[in-house]
Amino acid sequence: MTPEPFRLPGHPGEPIAFRFDGRALVGRAGDTLAAALLANGIHFVARSFKYHRPRGIFGAGVEDPNAFVAVGEGARAVTNSQATLTPLTPGLVARSINRWPSLACDVAALTGVFARFLPAGFYYKTFFWPDWMAFEGIIRRAAGLGTAPADPDPDLYDRPNRHCDILVVGGGPAGIAAALAAARRGADVLLVEQDIMLGGALGWEDQHIDGRPGRDWIAARVAELEAAPNVTVLTRTCVVGHYEHGLLTALETPGEGAPVRQRLWHIRAGRVILATGALERPLVFPGNDRPGIMLGSAVRHYLRRHRVVPGRAVVVATNNDHGYATAEALLAENVPVAAIVDSRADAPPVAFGVPVHSHSVIAGTRGRHRVRSVLVRSLDGLRRGRIACDLVAMSGGWSPAVQLHCQPGGKLRFDEAIAAFVPAASMPASQSVGAAAGLLRLADCLDSGWAAGAGEEAAAPWQADGPESQRIAPIWQVPEDLAGRLKQWIDFHNDVTVDDVALAARENFHSVEHLKRYTTLGMAPDQGKTSNLNGLAVMGAATARSPQEVGTTTFRPPYVPVTFGALAGRERGRLFRPSRRLPTHDLQRGLRAHMEDYGAWARPAFYAHGDAPMTDCIAREVRAVRTAVGIMDYSPLGKIVLSGADATAFLDRLVTARLDTLHPGQSRYSLTLSESGVIVDDGVISRLSDGDLLMGTTSGGAGSIYGLLNDWRQRQCAGLDVALANVTDQWAVVLLTGPHARTLLARTSLTIDLAPAAFPPMTLREGRIGPVPVRVNRVSFTGELSFEVSVPAGYAVSLWRHLLALGGDLGLLPFGLEALDILRLEKGFLHVGGDTDGTTVPDDVGLGAAVRNKPLDFRGRRSLDLPALRRGGRLQLVGLALLDGTAPLAAGAQLGGLHRTSHMSGEGMVTSSAWSSTLGRPVALGLLENGRARTGETLLAWDDGIARRVRVVPRISYDREGARLRD
Amino acid sequence: MLLIHCPFCGARDEAEFFCDGEFAARPDPARADDAAWSDYLVRRDNARDWIVEHWVHAFGCEQWLAVTRHSVTNEVRAVRPVRADLPGDGS
Repeated sequence: MTPEPFRLPGHPGEPIAFRFDGRALVGRAGDTLAAALLANGIHFVARSFKYHRPRGIFGAGVEDPNAFVAVGEGARAVTNSQATLTPLTPGLVARSINRWPSLACDVAALTGVFARFLPAGFYYKTFFWPDWMAFEGIIRRAAGLGTAPADPDPDLYDRPNRHCDILVVGGGPAGIAAALAAARRGADVLLVEQDIMLGGALGWEDQHIDGRPGRDWIAARVAELEAAPNVTVLTRTCVVGHYEHGLLTALETPGEGAPVRQRLWHIRAGRVILATGALERPLVFPGNDRPGIMLGSAVRHYLRRHRVVPGRAVVVATNNDHGYATAEALLAENVPVAAIVDSRADAPPVAFGVPVHSHSVIAGTRGRHRVRSVLVRSLDGLRRGRIACDLVAMSGGWSPAVQLHCQPGGKLRFDEAIAAFVPAASMPASQSVGAAAGLLRLADCLDSGWAAGAGEEAAAPWQADGPESQRIAPIWQVPEDLAGRLKQWIDFHNDVTVDDVALAARENFHSVEHLKRYTTLGMAPDQGKTSNLNGLAVMGAATARSPQEVGTTTFRPPYVPVTFGALAGRERGRLFRPSRRLPTHDLQRGLRAHMEDYGAWARPAFYAHGDAPMTDCIAREVRAVRTAVGIMDYSPLGKIVLSGADATAFLDRLVTARLDTLHPGQSRYSLTLSESGVIVDDGVISRLSDGDLLMGTTSGGAGSIYGLLNDWRQRQCAGLDVALANVTDQWAVVLLTGPHARTLLARTSLTIDLAPAAFPPMTLREGRIGPVPVRVNRVSFTGELSFEVSVPAGYAVSLWRHLLALGGDLGLLPFGLEALDILRLEKGFLHVGGDTDGTTVPDDVGLGAAVRNKPLDFRGRRSLDLPALRRGGRLQLVGLALLDGTAPLAAGAQLGGLHRTSHMSGEGMVTSSAWSSTLGRPVALGLLENGRARTGETLLAWDDGIARRVRVVPRISYDREGARLRD
Repeated sequence: MLLIHCPFCGARDEAEFFCDGEFAARPDPARADDAAWSDYLVRRDNARDWIVEHWVHAFGCEQWLAVTRHSVTNEVRAVRPVRADLPGDGS
């Protein structure tokens, strides 16, 4: 076979080899994948979403609802790519999708045979709970388009920012005029064009400016734009989102050789000029979805721009004058046009020597994988005839591309003259020009663009010729009595037909938003660019409303599909969420710490010991703390200093602990509540001096509690003298805990008296180790004698080395967070966020009385008196002892009475659970309805369908008297 | 994405701020009955109109700002510090 049998002579591009569904093919430089496929006579490239109907290349740009293919191989494959937007590159590999085993022979196409059983709403009416579960697998397999690659994308993506005075979206004649006019005023102008070059439809339509071909005008204007220092042109870039206050996002695909695969630009523009053009609509007639049935504008595009003839025997179908331009273009290249089918009654009998069937429509088509003939019927029903063809070029009128106008809230009105929605009024900082504003004459495009760019009423300095009007007389569907049995398709991607819309109307889904969701009209990746108006006009006809009355659905970003890679940019893998490192991170690695992410921090989970399994390593660390001494980098603990004459009064208004009675050197445990009374954080507050308090927070709460203090300082306590400093990163904390902790600390040159009488629990002392300032807090989260030793962060590593060297003979071991969790769980200590949830108030964890007795108001205090927080039946924190088996319960296991037969609607849940090597049995905490009154009761804990008996016990499992702590 | 004119830092992207919603003054807890207190906790007018919200420039100057925004058009009319003793108006 000759290469490119449908390419006209005279194409300047170099031949390029590519593959489609395994076939080796040749296209030309400058082609899109769609153009190259058509040059090889390939129309049928896809199957529709629902019925797997054969679908052909239909449009030439963003509007195409059919030609979605997978492009690329392996990890670089992009599924659901539009062939009409994919530049042809050497060696490109593309595959059809949504078919099995092959495009021509697709098993699922059988659904099409049973199409009458799958009307709109079929799924809603057929599959509902509990049966949905049974069908879900089958439906999920049948649904969806391409398959996403399994491996990580090896390419880079960027998300750059750009600011400009004026952003012009669309580089057609209106956009070029706007950019040049704005540039003359000295504005910083950014012109963004989705295509690989500027010019828009003027590049291939047969139109003249100043008596010269449109292409000459484009070349001259592009030269002017390039010469202007204040204009930046971005081609291959599609604006996909338009948000408030002049923010737009644009997806750039720079192509081969660029350092990144795509860029998702965030552009903040002072003013936005939308020159996004218009999209041609298909005609709705029976059998209008076969491959070989295309938009007339697309036929002209392929013919003139790519010199590709999409067919050899053409029928033009139209309801306006633009269809005749298609016939004229084909005839100029000696492509025979068999007939023009014009639904208007006043059409001429013959045009360019081609017979015109006036007041007629296509009432049916034939052809399995490609259209072979059309049935033409006059609207009065008197004339009918069949015409053989391999291409139908249809023109249903133009719909301005109003998506970017509407996304930030722009309104529309229906313009009867062009039978389409146009922007009703400009938005504060954006306006539509040219075809996007419903101006279909070239002269109007130039003038409106120029005036918008100039910022004043002014005619463009160029004269364009062209027809005055397209003289459209819309016909939204073929009348039922002429239509026969074939379906009239509206949404080609999602298989929505006139019958589906009529059904929605009969079932009272009259609202256009309901219509969309009930029928899936416009919900496919093409977002209904060609189907929206046809669909709502059919709905209007069925309910005796005008398109204006029916209205449009909400337009939301993105305008074209955006890859996840572009959305993610560089924020993936290790950069997805930067991990904060301990001051002793490298030292911990040297001690064979197994680092894991806890909140934002990378912290040791446990330390490897020989080849011992993880559980043994953790048990060894627990034993060291219970019998000798353990050391941990505790630096992530939040540390906020409050200073000033009113620091105490300020913090007293915020937290549950009473601070006006807290003397220098004393520490006190405290909760922070939300204003609703819910526990949001806990920690220890110490008084450094009369005017300075040190507030400890959980490691996860440091940022949010600082934010809360800042909030109350400004909004609730504006008159108070208090200053805040978040010193979490400035002070490293070394935790020493275990019976030998004092002995170890005493071996340093620390200038603090460590004797129990001089330094009792819940006190803080300041001193020095050598020249280094040190704060030591006697606070225990393990139940053992504990010292939290704080030093300026830069000294953390040397202090660790010092202590490790001093403590070897004491059995000193570093321990990780897994061991810490077991230690605190044995003691029944609360882990806020683990043992509490978004409803837990102090009384639920046994701290109600302590909190209520504070004689001052504080954040959330008033809420604790609300009836909802005082009623019975609340979830209360209890200890749980396992009666069946030895494997620890899963946190999250549901609790219920012994009579229960399933986990549904339980009475609580396990919140913390671990194996206690100290006690030789599992320990657990849980939230249980009325839990404190149920000590001794036996319950079931449901874990993944298996129920085990547990007994409600006191929270503290180890050293209930706290003797070890007091030592 | 809003562009908020912080009186202290200039025009900044919404992503630098945190919005606490419409401001509700904290009633005197000793005097507020349960209904009044609950209203303060959860009830907001949510009008289709100009509304005053409190935003904090969390990734900037950390100042709390009263932002007058139209809840339909998202137009921002005025940005003032919540603390009356601070100068500045970024509108």
